[in-house]
Amino acid sequence: MTQPGTVRVCPLADLPRGEALRVDEVDPPIAVFHTDDGEVFAIDDTCTHQDASLSEGWLEGCAVECPLHASTFDLRTGEVDAPPAKVGVRAHRAEVVDGEIVVTLSTEPPRLPPGVLRGPVGR
Amino acid sequence: MSVPPAPPRSVLVVGAGLAGHATAQALRRQGYDGRVTVLGDETERPYDRTPLTKEFLAGRVGTDDLRLEADGEDLDVDWHLGVHAVALDPARRVVSTGDGREWTADAVVLAAGARARRLTGPAGLHTVRTVADSAALRGELVPGARLVVIGAGWVGAEVASTAAGLGLDVTVLEAAATPLAGPLGEEMGTVVAGLHARHGVTLRCGVPVAGVQGTDRVTGVELADGTVVPADVVVAGIGAAPAVDWLVGSGLDLSAGVVCSAVGATDAPGVYAVGDCSAWFDPVLGRPLRVEHWTDARERPAVLARLLLEGRADPPPRPPYFWSDQYGVRVQFAGRRHGDETVTVEAGDPADASVLAVYRRHGEPVAVLGMNQTKLFTRLRRSLATPQPVPAVP
Repeated sequence: MTQPGTVRVCPLADLPRGEALRVDEVDPPIAVFHTDDGEVFAIDDTCTHQDASLSEGWLEGCAVECPLHASTFDLRTGEVDAPPAKVGVRAHRAEVVDGEIVVTLSTEPPRLPPGVLRGPVGR
Repeated sequence: MSVPPAPPRSVLVVGAGLAGHATAQALRRQGYDGRVTVLGDETERPYDRTPLTKEFLAGRVGTDDLRLEADGEDLDVDWHLGVHAVALDPARRVVSTGDGREWTADAVVLAAGARARRLTGPAGLHTVRTVADSAALRGELVPGARLVVIGAGWVGAEVASTAAGLGLDVTVLEAAATPLAGPLGEEMGTVVAGLHARHGVTLRCGVPVAGVQGTDRVTGVELADGTVVPADVVVAGIGAAPAVDWLVGSGLDLSAGVVCSAVGATDAPGVYAVGDCSAWFDPVLGRPLRVEHWTDARERPAVLARLLLEGRADPPPRPPYFWSDQYGVRVQFAGRRHGDETVTVEAGDPADASVLAVYRRHGEPVAVLGMNQTKLFTRLRRSLATPQPVPAVP
């Protein structure tokens, strides 16, 4: 049984190192990363600048660069380094429990880009 | 080349756009604590131009959303906005401005950007380069109006897309036989330009424009073959030129924009250039290349800051990259075209406005184009970013 505010994502073995996936079951969606060093992180999936999926971005070390523009987000904190995004995304707590990736969602309000609405449809 | 024995005590940046702001930011992030002065031609704080043909033009974002500075950002920079640089004396590293003042620093960074080529004509004729340009055009984009866009390049295509979305009747005129053949090649240029017709916009190619008609206000655009395309609003998207006219006579090599080494140094000690006005030596093509892309203007200042502070730097590790959003389709391109590549569509289908196309030369990928293929595109873009064997600073 999943606790409120937690998401069982998938077995760690299903997400190779250097890969990411988007979890659409939560709103707004989150992105889960398995870094080359074997760490697992989760942040909000939508770039704060424009509607882009960070799970499709350029993963390098503990950071992901938005696939559209140049803003890079720290996977540990969600902080952003450079425009066009001016605010970071939320970072969630990701851990591996019995071989499965489990994410505890942040309780902060999400920071979505202008014009992107929350909701199950419309991405 | 002589290497500065110590970091400059002061840096003067000419230009307060993306590259100018990124230069100030890169210097501070790399620990520079000397004086930084930035001169800006426009009166606005540094802002992002890319939404000016898209979200800003459509009214979906406002002026505040364009700002490049983060909330609370303080780079400890002396900003002087609305100041026009009129001359540079490279030997003394002195920049003269239109108000009669002179500015000097140990290092001068030219980040003056580019200026749109403009047509002169009656009211209703627009160009989009500045926030004022975009705001003026926005007021005329009323549903049902007839918009003629001269030039099917990126600016023209994005304006056409935005206007079509606002309910205008849009025609795009392109002098060349194939739009976007320069950046993408004919085959893929045709595919991307095909978006116009799919969204009800008329595209006419191979027809040079003879002139804009109208006295008090535009009434149409006359083509070289004598036909007239009626218009209520006209936008000229006919390219931009590096803002280097004020540097003529300075002795700098302006043959391709401000010609620089692979890390942004001009031949004049203490004078550097970055962004749209500059042409850094491209180690792959073996010649100076003026890259007008947003991403490069954003990233290269970090290379330049390293050169300024450490006396040496490696050239940008990633190939040029740009994007364009048109008709809800994400167009992305990375790499360098020589012109003799073979192009293969490796995923998607042009008929669905979804394409991943790889440009190969002697069998090796040298560039990649994506349309709504963000994930695969990013993977390929990454594979192009291998370290390049180049000498240190030429």
